[in-house]
Amino acid sequence: MTKIFVDGKAYEVKADQSLLQACLSLGLNLPYFCWHPALGSVGACRQCAVKQFRDEKDTRGRLVMSCMTPAADGTRISIEDAEAAAFRKGIIEGLMLNHPHDCPVCDEGGECHLQDMTVMTGHDYRRTRFPKRTFHNQYLGPLINHEMNRCIQCYRCVRYYREYAGGHDFDAFSSRSQVYFGRYQDGVLENEFAGNLVEICPTGVFTDKTLKRHYTRKWDLQFGPSVCVHCGLGCNISAGERYGTLRRIVNRYNGEVNGYFLCDRGRFGYEFVNSAERLKQPLQRQDGKLQPISKARALEALAGLLADPKKVIGIGSPRASLEANYALRALVGADRFYTGLSASAARLTAVALEMLRRGPARTPSLGEIERADAVLILGEDVTNVAPRMALALRQSVRQQPMRKADQLKIPRWLDHPVRELAQDQKGPLYIATPAATRLDDVATETYRAAPDKIARLGYAVAHALDAGAPDVAGLSEAERSLAARIAEALKSAERPLVVSGPSLNSEAILQAAANVARALSAAGRAPSLSLTAPECNTLGVTMIGGGSLADAFQAVKSGSADTVIILENDLYRRASARAVDEFFSSARHIVLLDSVTTPTVQKAELVLPAATFAESDGTLVSSEGRAQRFFEVYPPVGEIQSSWRWLRDIMMAAGRREAAAWQDLDAVVASVSDGIPALAAVAQAAPSASFRLAGAKIPREPHRYSGRTAMLANINVSEPKPPEDSDSSLAFSMEGVFAQPPASLIPFFWSPGWNSIQSVNKFQEEIAGPLRGGDPGVRLLEPSAAEPRAYFTPASEPTSGSAGEWLLVPLYHIFGSEELSRLAPGIAELSPQPYVALNPEDANALGVQEETSVTLSLESVSRTLPVKLMPGLARGLAGLPAGILPIEGSGLPAWSRISRA
Amino acid sequence: MNPIVKSLIILFLVIFIPLNVAAGLIWLERRLLALWQDRYGPNRVGPFGLLQVLADMIKIFFKEDWIPPFADKPVFVIAPAVIMVTVLMSYTVVPWAPGATVADMNIGLLFFLAMSSLGVYSIVLAGWASASKYSLLGGLRASAQMLSYEVFMGLSLMGTVLLAGSFRLSDIVAAQRHMWFVIPQFLGFILFLIAGLAETRRLPFDLPEAESELVAGFHSEYSGMKFGMFFVGEYLGVILISAMITVLFFGGWQGPWLPPIVWFVVKTLFFICLFILLRAALPRPRFDQLMSWGWKIMLPLALLNLLVTGAVVLAARP
Amino acid sequence: MLSILRTLWNIFLHAFQRRETVQYPEEKPYLPPRHKGRIILTRDPDGGERCVACYLCAVACPVACISLQATEDETGRRYPEFFRINFSRCIFCGYCEEACPTYAIQLTPDFEMAEYHRQNLVYEKEDLLMSGPGKRPGYNFWRVSGVKIGGKDKGEAENEAPPVDLHSLLP
Repeated sequence: MTKIFVDGKAYEVKADQSLLQACLSLGLNLPYFCWHPALGSVGACRQCAVKQFRDEKDTRGRLVMSCMTPAADGTRISIEDAEAAAFRKGIIEGLMLNHPHDCPVCDEGGECHLQDMTVMTGHDYRRTRFPKRTFHNQYLGPLINHEMNRCIQCYRCVRYYREYAGGHDFDAFSSRSQVYFGRYQDGVLENEFAGNLVEICPTGVFTDKTLKRHYTRKWDLQFGPSVCVHCGLGCNISAGERYGTLRRIVNRYNGEVNGYFLCDRGRFGYEFVNSAERLKQPLQRQDGKLQPISKARALEALAGLLADPKKVIGIGSPRASLEANYALRALVGADRFYTGLSASAARLTAVALEMLRRGPARTPSLGEIERADAVLILGEDVTNVAPRMALALRQSVRQQPMRKADQLKIPRWLDHPVRELAQDQKGPLYIATPAATRLDDVATETYRAAPDKIARLGYAVAHALDAGAPDVAGLSEAERSLAARIAEALKSAERPLVVSGPSLNSEAILQAAANVARALSAAGRAPSLSLTAPECNTLGVTMIGGGSLADAFQAVKSGSADTVIILENDLYRRASARAVDEFFSSARHIVLLDSVTTPTVQKAELVLPAATFAESDGTLVSSEGRAQRFFEVYPPVGEIQSSWRWLRDIMMAAGRREAAAWQDLDAVVASVSDGIPALAAVAQAAPSASFRLAGAKIPREPHRYSGRTAMLANINVSEPKPPEDSDSSLAFSMEGVFAQPPASLIPFFWSPGWNSIQSVNKFQEEIAGPLRGGDPGVRLLEPSAAEPRAYFTPASEPTSGSAGEWLLVPLYHIFGSEELSRLAPGIAELSPQPYVALNPEDANALGVQEETSVTLSLESVSRTLPVKLMPGLARGLAGLPAGILPIEGSGLPAWSRISRA
Repeated sequence: MNPIVKSLIILFLVIFIPLNVAAGLIWLERRLLALWQDRYGPNRVGPFGLLQVLADMIKIFFKEDWIPPFADKPVFVIAPAVIMVTVLMSYTVVPWAPGATVADMNIGLLFFLAMSSLGVYSIVLAGWASASKYSLLGGLRASAQMLSYEVFMGLSLMGTVLLAGSFRLSDIVAAQRHMWFVIPQFLGFILFLIAGLAETRRLPFDLPEAESELVAGFHSEYSGMKFGMFFVGEYLGVILISAMITVLFFGGWQGPWLPPIVWFVVKTLFFICLFILLRAALPRPRFDQLMSWGWKIMLPLALLNLLVTGAVVLAARP
Repeated sequence: MLSILRTLWNIFLHAFQRRETVQYPEEKPYLPPRHKGRIILTRDPDGGERCVACYLCAVACPVACISLQATEDETGRRYPEFFRINFSRCIFCGYCEEACPTYAIQLTPDFEMAEYHRQNLVYEKEDLLMSGPGKRPGYNFWRVSGVKIGGKDKGEAENEAPPVDLHSLLP
């Protein structure tokens, strides 16, 4: 701790930070533009000027940029000094010279950092009469809107895009006073994290194009603290609603998880909630067609179906909340509950869970991944499977070069000197995948091979780290030396990290990753092991436990069950169409609860409309093992209700009185934490519904929320009473106390004078640190202190197909591979069309070019697809887009024949 | 005419006419107040807005008759009836014209004083039964104010009784054949006027209501016709006090040329208008001022008046 | 005591003075153009809708009786998809007019809006939009804003330089 004096007052602040950070941490208002907590200081905009004094006798002082000045012990500064204030006002006047008269039609208006800073500095009148310079805009894709006139040249966008997110197709072009931020030509921004430009840009140059289609100001949105459902990482989001539709997603800072950034899938995938594919009322199959029926009739029909409870099974879902899955389990009984994961996914997730529980490796949060200083990725295309993790890994390669800055006593927040010092140096990041990944540009070395060979590399690394680990035979010299180099890099690191996951459906890869972690531990390191999870609650539903989908199929086939209740699950995405069709035809009654129309809906006898994440509350367990609560953004319309409520109603209709206790979410959460020992801590994921902030509920609406007496006046001029929320301590209201709620209950970030998302500064214990009161979520997985398990032993030989067969591997796509986000128009536009990917040399050997149609024979099915040449793909492999094509056989990887169509 | 029929007719008229006149006073008061405030007052419903009374009555009868759940229900219901009954009872002794009295009692004046004392119960009970802070404050004020002013109201009239030598009101009227008592009893008249204002809780003595402080004082919680009964009760009180002033100080029905009843009505109307003028002109005193005037000025003056009158009567006796 | 009598006399004399009351509706009062009465939406001098759906009137409204939804035409010109004022809640404070950056929303001297059914006091855009520019005849927001709309490209607004050619900035 050091002591600084601001305007004559003494403050204790943390050392190793700039004055700007220190002042903002103290809650003082100091304007800034080019600085961003995640990007560091460059001192470009001159907006954060303060007066610094040598000692208490110095009355003249000198202007310094607070972002470039360390908060050294005894520093004396003045923010309020007249000269400094006039300087800041002058700077903003300069920045505003060319700013257009756009605020009324600008999407940033009302949450604009530039507006806030202009008001803060007191600049209120434009004195110049010169013509304003103007620019043409660019088309940057379906997600981001460009309005270049508004730019104030802070350079944050280009620093974020190129230096932080690693994009290449965006730059600053300048001559004289004309600085243009954009691409060389119109086109979709390639980076998967480009959506963060919306929040990085202090004004309205980059805005959310999906929001623009149903534009609403920040003050008019009803927000709910939520958790992203589009991958397993559990990034925290604030979702905003208006007039009954979800309008936008913004980042909800969680120091341990997503920090300041989201991926584009998470930010723009929300539109599935408003999709035309939504199920809105109960449907019953009558004369072969699904007909709408009332809730009462649906429950009546269900009670009839459940007359013989011994014959009923329930299929849960990795995309439904813990509460919904648990309610289904309670309805059908623990032994008749199936997790809804495919056989292979269930097995792999169970293995992963066991590894993380037994240790010795700890599962790291995204924040810890960012701080890892040597990383080995085994088999995962992180950018496309768990996107936000890729952004964290991209920062991890800076850890080792930054030590050099530490030695030279250059503070880490001094961005340019640190980057100049590091030049192109990067910390160790080894990537072993079947195809090229988007992280290859920062990778130390990459290894392209089939899944089995990737696993064998992993085993070899483990062996190189600890001779006690089993070795694999038959590796080439190059592979051996690569393994040795990886082992060396991991061994010499302070915080080594192994990333792996179930994407390639390979248990061997997971075991190899576990071996590496175990070997690192044996070598005296504290390893982290991050295993991705394909869906938002894969880990949670596995912790609840139950058979896989294959077991469910078997149960119906064997005749021990004939009625199936499926919870928010499209079985066609988990097993081959043949297997699912057979299952559906052998089951007598199929009941489905889901929020969107899927192929499974077409087979169901009774369909109940479930709420999406935006209309319900629940708990999700992220791949880190962190249980996080998401809260209703707005009450569901009509007959839609949370899955757990439907299941409760079904139990009540079937005469199961014990469900009567489930009147609100807390009761269900209590049942979950009592019923499943592994989930005992979920109740602590967020405060209960009885929590009150200064005696009042926490308002979901900003206190400027408008139109309350007009928005529904066209229906009835007498306003209805606002809906009650019995499930949480949040209220569908603007009435409440202005005070900081507990971190997991912050619906949106706002602070007086700070209308933009930058107001998160006011909610943190220190800048870029945890939110006050601790970051949201509760970790459920910590490695046990017991003796770690023995090493896994590798198979003696990699599997191989017969001659002329190709190993089909799944290739993941951030846009398209995930089920729900595909229903969002913007994401759908960026999703790839079905293809088969081949290495160009393989394609040459096969005599096919790009776009040539080839026929794929897999088991008994054949399919014709266009070829896509993929230079990074390992030889002998063929890639198919995951989640876009229907599953054949037992899924990928699989051996197949390819011929010209 | 059969004396029973005659009594019944008088009885009917004595109940019917003051009630209707009281309702009519709503219109009169609003018109007069407007006149003195450079406005028009109600002039839309019927000729000169006369049917405004009817409209108001229809409205008040159709209003929701709401009893607050926290109120003491039986007392809450009885309280407005008490004021109506006590005021109407006082009308039995008023000599409208020679022979036109319901009960020409030999203690008529005492009966009037007794009934007007009972009236305070209505106000106190209404304030108490409403169980709301404003009503309670209004009730408290009313009890203190009415008890204090009642004392010298009775005393201020003793002068006239001394002069007339009777409590019978018709005797008092008859005793004024040569000279209205307002001349020898001017002080008594002033004191009675003030006490009468206070007894009817009219401005400037409407502290129990004091809408600028207490919402509506003792009847804050009342609505519909229960409120209407307080309202009509107040106007009945105004008519009664005006009639009593006429009887006690201004010679009652006596006067030249015109029939006695016309004289009585004209004199009474004059005092009603005076009451309204007072309302239009005077501000409401503070409560402590009200109490200290009552006890420290009015009561001694009333006693002095009694003493002097008594002395004069004694001296003048042959 | 004397002052009380004088007061009574003075008040009594008012009976003979002129009435201040205006006998509405037979006699209409004069209301200045800036009187805050019925709210309208105006059009710019070119006949286009002035409202750009910025939501500032809605947020300024102390009784929250304005609600609207922004949308854009194919050229990027923003306008309200619907615009609703619940006049049964409106207090005619004029804050919406103060807040309006485009002079679209204006209060007029018309106040005769009584209805037998409250529902009829809910005015939609069709009921609010008039054909002229109201109190601000010359102003056109789109002529000063920097965004591009149909008929006005970048650099064509008032006090704007022609757009910078991106190619002149490329190396």
